[in-house]
Amino acid sequence: SVNPDLASERQAASFSVEKLTVWLDGGVENTRTRRAVVEAIECDPEFSREDQYFQSQNERYEAAVRKAVHLQKKMHEMGWTEDGPEYKYIYRALAGDVAFLLHRIFMRSISMLGSDKQIAKWIPLASQYKLIGSYAQTELGHGTYLQGLETTAVFDSTTQEFILNTPKISAMKWWPGDMGRSATHTVAFAQLYVQGKCYGVHPFIVQIRSLRDHSLCPGITAGDIGPKMNFEHVDNGFLLLQSVRIPRENMLSRFCEVQPDGTYVRWGSQKIYYFTMTSVRISLLSDEVIVPMMKACTIAIRYSVVRRQSKLKPGEQEAKILDYQTQQEKLLPQLAAAYAFYFINDYLQELFDNGYREIQKKNFDMLPELHAFSSGFKAVVSQHCTSAVEICLRACGGHGYSSLSGLPALYTKILASCIYEGENTILLLQTARFLIKCFMEASAGQPVPPSVTYLVAVKPMRCPAKNKLDFLSPAIYTEAYQHMAARLVSSTAAKLQDLIQSGVKKHDAWNQCTVQLAQAAKAHCHYITVKNFAETVEKLQAQAGIQKIMKHLSDLFALHGIFSNAGAFLHDGYLSGAQMDMVTASYLDLLPLIRKDAVPLVDAFDFTDKSLNSALGSYDGHVYQRLYEWAQKSPTNKQMSPAYEKYLKPLLHNKLSKL
Amino acid sequence: AAAMAVMNADLRRERAAATFQTELLTHILDGGAERTRRRKEIEALVLNDPDFQHEDLNFLSRSERYEQAIRKSSLMVMKLREYGIADPEEIYWFKSFVHRGRPEPLDLHLGMFLPTLLTQATPEQQDRFFMPAWNLDIIGTYAQTEMGHGTHLRGLETTATYDPATQEFILNSPTVTSIKWWPGGLGKTSNHAIVLAQLYTQGQCKGLHAFIVPIRQLGTHKPLPGITVGDIGPKFGFDEIDNGYLKMDNYRIPRENMLMKYAQVEPDGTYVKPVSDKLTYGTMVFIRSLIVGDSARSLSRACTIAIRYSAVRHQSELKPGEPEPQILDYQTQQYKLFPLLATAYAFHFVGDYIKNTYHRISGDISDGDLSELPELHALTAGLKAFTSWTANAGIEECRMACGGHGYSRCSGIPDIYVTFTPSCTYEGENTVMMLQTARFLVKSYRQVSSGQQVTGMVSYLNDLSRQRIQPQRVAARTVTVRITDPASLVEAYKARAARLVEAAAKNLQAELNHRKSKEEAWNRTSVDLVRASEAHCHYVVVKLFTAKLSEISNAAVRAVLTELCLLYALYGISKNTGDFLQVGILTDAQITQVNQHVKELLAIIRPNAVALVDSFDFHDVHLGSVLGRYDGNVYENMFEWAKKSPLNKTEVHQSFHKHLKPIQSKL
Repeated sequence: SVNPDLASERQAASFSVEKLTVWLDGGVENTRTRRAVVEAIECDPEFSREDQYFQSQNERYEAAVRKAVHLQKKMHEMGWTEDGPEYKYIYRALAGDVAFLLHRIFMRSISMLGSDKQIAKWIPLASQYKLIGSYAQTELGHGTYLQGLETTAVFDSTTQEFILNTPKISAMKWWPGDMGRSATHTVAFAQLYVQGKCYGVHPFIVQIRSLRDHSLCPGITAGDIGPKMNFEHVDNGFLLLQSVRIPRENMLSRFCEVQPDGTYVRWGSQKIYYFTMTSVRISLLSDEVIVPMMKACTIAIRYSVVRRQSKLKPGEQEAKILDYQTQQEKLLPQLAAAYAFYFINDYLQELFDNGYREIQKKNFDMLPELHAFSSGFKAVVSQHCTSAVEICLRACGGHGYSSLSGLPALYTKILASCIYEGENTILLLQTARFLIKCFMEASAGQPVPPSVTYLVAVKPMRCPAKNKLDFLSPAIYTEAYQHMAARLVSSTAAKLQDLIQSGVKKHDAWNQCTVQLAQAAKAHCHYITVKNFAETVEKLQAQAGIQKIMKHLSDLFALHGIFSNAGAFLHDGYLSGAQMDMVTASYLDLLPLIRKDAVPLVDAFDFTDKSLNSALGSYDGHVYQRLYEWAQKSPTNKQMSPAYEKYLKPLLHNKLSKL
Repeated sequence: AAAMAVMNADLRRERAAATFQTELLTHILDGGAERTRRRKEIEALVLNDPDFQHEDLNFLSRSERYEQAIRKSSLMVMKLREYGIADPEEIYWFKSFVHRGRPEPLDLHLGMFLPTLLTQATPEQQDRFFMPAWNLDIIGTYAQTEMGHGTHLRGLETTATYDPATQEFILNSPTVTSIKWWPGGLGKTSNHAIVLAQLYTQGQCKGLHAFIVPIRQLGTHKPLPGITVGDIGPKFGFDEIDNGYLKMDNYRIPRENMLMKYAQVEPDGTYVKPVSDKLTYGTMVFIRSLIVGDSARSLSRACTIAIRYSAVRHQSELKPGEPEPQILDYQTQQYKLFPLLATAYAFHFVGDYIKNTYHRISGDISDGDLSELPELHALTAGLKAFTSWTANAGIEECRMACGGHGYSRCSGIPDIYVTFTPSCTYEGENTVMMLQTARFLVKSYRQVSSGQQVTGMVSYLNDLSRQRIQPQRVAARTVTVRITDPASLVEAYKARAARLVEAAAKNLQAELNHRKSKEEAWNRTSVDLVRASEAHCHYVVVKLFTAKLSEISNAAVRAVLTELCLLYALYGISKNTGDFLQVGILTDAQITQVNQHVKELLAIIRPNAVALVDSFDFHDVHLGSVLGRYDGNVYENMFEWAKKSPLNKTEVHQSFHKHLKPIQSKL
């Protein structure tokens, strides 16, 4: 039976939850497949996450390895293949708690950066788990700034080998997943030296553990980097290389090669090294960032209609906390953002697929735009979703702080996404560099990609809205965002020019403008997200029931952004003080409207209880009973506390009598 | 000298370049050179004591961490008495060094159980319970929060029904939601609890009262019949605390176990009312003022780690062809960290102010003069929320500013964060706190509107009525703000607070005029009300920081604190430009100047950044961070630390034989 407080929410839905779910999945066929995969995995006790919150680092690692191994069996059993329609749902169903994710990156980097011959050799070995791969890029001293990596690979033409070394402590590989305990091989990035000349960073396949007994290979020191905020199931590792020799053929050579005589040959663009990262950035958004945020919204919103606290009307029952305006203001903008980012992910995916097709034809024209977008959106979306999960956690009060709510684990996991695959600030500055360049080119009349032509488009300098209802027009708010983004880009470009003209060196001028540049990049991404949401809603005409609620969410996402960045829209008078009051009024009016559909809107995400793994967020809403039951499973309650015999008993029995 | 020899060269250079003496600033933070001396003396007492040494807690399981904490806590109580340390602040230092800034299982016993006995027990009850509790024969906790109710105390459901026949109270947890949930030390440690329950006598509910309830058998430590007690399971942080649950089924305690210094139940069941219920305000003010201080300290620790690490870490290039610069030289890094550094200082002074004000008026309180209490209560509620929210976000920004390594437990920041973040919830959920402050602000606004004058921190509201007579004055205000003068910025913040309080009060009135009920109107205005409270608190912080500057005699220290104060004020404006622009407190041009001046201040503060965190004077052991080490030898020590990780205990992990090897042979 469902808690009546949740049941009543569902009865009041203004739209069909199932229809929305199907639409989000991209069709009824996808929904069916997804549910079948989730069902198959959740029914299998080997994949249970029941004890997850009670396990030690060692136990979680072991469980993740066990699951990864079992998954191979399962896939075989179920007839799932890596290019089948089920594949993309497996990871979601496992909620990421599985080892060998870096094995996938290992394979992907070989597929993208390796020659046909290398692919033919390594990919079959990897896909049959004859070896386990990792991807060793980050070092103790260097992360996002790849050129700074210090590991060296020196070509020895007499033996036709590369000699890999970690010349100093800061050059030690640090953080790569699956490397601390599991991996037998890794793709290591190192500065290539041939005949004394440095050719920059290149990828090399290096064996680090014996395939026979898993012991470390000669010259290799490797291990686990110790406990982290989360990812306890992953053995993030360190790797120290001392004169490790690998054959010449182990340098990945789709785009460049060292020939037997030491001649260095290059085909195509150096930028291609970034392409793996570009693709990873886009693919991580969905599973690692947006899905966790959707889960957090589901938990917090369901809990907020079950939890009753204080009274709104004297004499009545205590109110559901979601009926408080302040609670709505915390959660509903996050819900709107979850949808906004779900849609921007589709947009990016399409952009990326187009780009990938071109790159395979060795046409790199789209790479700068692709790179700029993947950087900027990775930064903006991960930052936003991380804050959102934290807001959800805190909106659940004390119980949110319990691991059993599931929220601490979601939070500590998602926040790593702000750093890995490129630190967010640096990524924003890369996007800003692209925007400034496009702005300059467009100002000079040169062609730029369609996504940025708005930077120099002539538009009105004042917002035409006359009353608060005008702000529910997508044209009005999209233009406000466009204006704001264009203003920030152009004013920063002007500031840069001023500084340079006044004699400041270019790099100093750039550093002096970085705070503004990062803001401009964010504004651009925010604008694209608002615009894409509005356009997505527009395309929904065939489904009126869903379109209406999606329109509300689109409005809320946009107006909340204006409300919380009021200064940026007021700054040059684009919005007047009176118009800002209208925005606020419209924004606050939307809250109770969306409030009515809040539970159906999270139900539509269609997470099973097992995948949420939360005592607060389950579908039936029996929050308190579940909290109580789960707490009793805690190992701390299973035995008499060992601390009692050792410390408490002597403490309680008079050893203090001497005082 | 040996330590100096191995100090990281970057940090050595930073320290040499400081424009002020770090000790002088440390003295200001401690409240005088003598206090600093004494603090360091106590610190040395603890840190040199082999009894308080143990393995890095990051490598221990939760149960092991609890064990270590209990071990240290019992030694701590013994040694405090041995050393004769009795001053509350000195006890706080001692405890904080022993537990390295973390909570400990006896916190509720020492911080709530004993003080509650002192303030609310009758002399007879004190005879019975206090000395046994003092000697730890009784270990108690304070069981208030239930599964279904936290900040909203009136909603608590536990009942205590008086039975005149046996002269006992019958305690019950009538629903799942009424199970006591969260009290620290309840799960495993305590044998008694002070339980808050709805008192029923002669068929009537008399509201919440406190009862002393034995929960475990003395001697065996087993739960008593009628008591179900246990640990609530793993949490985000607080690993060393056994937060617990407690369920009572027709559990009987003698009448004399109700704390009866104020309210009483006579043997026949007659209820005698307490004199005043405002007295509990005092304790709340005190505890919330501690949280303000905690916000400052936790943020200071995070800033220390992030700023030292940013001076050690080199990355990328600023100038082509030159060596990689310290990441602290990047404007974006300064922009992340220096406003937080300024905030840490600001909150420190705010914490001092509340503590001092509380001590000043607590004499009045015990004399029965409660006149200053409502304002202090309202102010403390808001500042508790304002500072804990800001510090909470700030600690995360510090962690993020350390990049990937910040995410490792070795950075120490994850621990600071998970330990600090529940303070946004406990002792009053922050949004509820903000609304309490708002209630006071609206009340004050209404007083002003009806022609009365208000005093204290809200006296700026008096200006609103004057401005209404001369509306031109508002416009005239804009040109008078001088953005390099802290006193002038205080005025700008004052104007913002006044405007937002007025707007919220007017919106509330408009809702009421729509014939809505008081509660509904309040709810529909609460977003505005919270904004008004935030603006009020922000103003108070800027004002107190500015006021502090004039008290500082050393010119070099005053200069650097003035820079921080300006940065704090200007950064706050740049993050809330909408509020200042919308009503014309500042113009577009001034906002541009503010943004520009913020960036100039970053460059001005840069040379003193490391010295400014050194002044917080956290010992490495207390800081618990490899990234934030005083000597800056980060990378070597990260490697040393990682080698101790539990996963590295064997070269080949057992899972290889169990899982990996079989699959490799099969495929």
